[in-house]
Amino acid sequence: MSAFTPLLALGLDSLFPRGILPYLAGGALVGLGAAVIYLSTGIIAGASTFLESTLSYVSGVERFNRHEYVQSRDWRVVFTLGIVAGAAVWGFVLAPDPGAWTTGVQWWRLLGGGLLVGVGTRLGKGCTSGHGVCGVGSLSGTSLANVATFMAFAIGTAQLVAALGVSP
Amino acid sequence: MSERESALFAPVVFAGGLVFGLGLAVSGMAKPEVVLDFLQFEDLGLLFVMGGAAVVTGLAFFVGTTFLERAPLTGRAYTRRVKAMDRNVVLGGAVFGVGWGISGICPGAAYASVGIGNLPVLWAVAGMFLGAYAQGYARSRLAG
Repeated sequence: MSAFTPLLALGLDSLFPRGILPYLAGGALVGLGAAVIYLSTGIIAGASTFLESTLSYVSGVERFNRHEYVQSRDWRVVFTLGIVAGAAVWGFVLAPDPGAWTTGVQWWRLLGGGLLVGVGTRLGKGCTSGHGVCGVGSLSGTSLANVATFMAFAIGTAQLVAALGVSP
Repeated sequence: MSERESALFAPVVFAGGLVFGLGLAVSGMAKPEVVLDFLQFEDLGLLFVMGGAAVVTGLAFFVGTTFLERAPLTGRAYTRRVKAMDRNVVLGGAVFGVGWGISGICPGAAYASVGIGNLPVLWAVAGMFLGAYAQGYARSRLAG
């Protein structure tokens, strides 16, 4: 830790109140999960296409029944169940304080924000994992543009919501 | 599934998802509070989540496209994730960003949040399906 002391003196401890290690370890695991799938199957997994491809099970709308969605919908369900299971393994078994965790963010923020996330990620061809991780990892100009855009709008929106006094 | 796949295909996709979800939980991204703290500049740790993940996938893409021929379980060629640029990429990014800033939730993190027992996040999952349905319905209409 002594190597970090000069960094702490610069005030980085206030920028990272929860430390850096959990973030770095978590990020490396996210990348590793995507890498395992990629190297064994050639598939570049994003989390948001699941929304559209899963809708093809229950909707006749043409857009959801495109070949790429119908032929990938089964493994996308498997991938998503894996995500749920992996998070459960951490939350209920491996975490320092195992047990269910519940957000204090109000339901209307979750529903309304989720709605816009659903529209935006599908319109913009990807989300934080597709563009933000796999696209950036591919050095794709399209993904870098999408990430820069959503970061700017997310920061502006979150600051505005906080300034309006909405908490949590 | 139309591709001729190995019996290992589904288990490997599940295992990859498991590690992916584990990472989202370890990093705190499955908690909207942590994401909102990042967006309000109170905790910049999320930079290391996306950065760390992108470095690891970037390495995998480099190894796959440079040294390997075809993926063992599917016979697919290795490619990079490069999508065409158009107005929707920026427009969609803006809408996504506003939604992320309001809720602190993005798709992968929302599924992971279900896994750590956060049942209120089902509101966000329902919202995401509604949003995806609305845009798909609208675009099918516009195209037809």
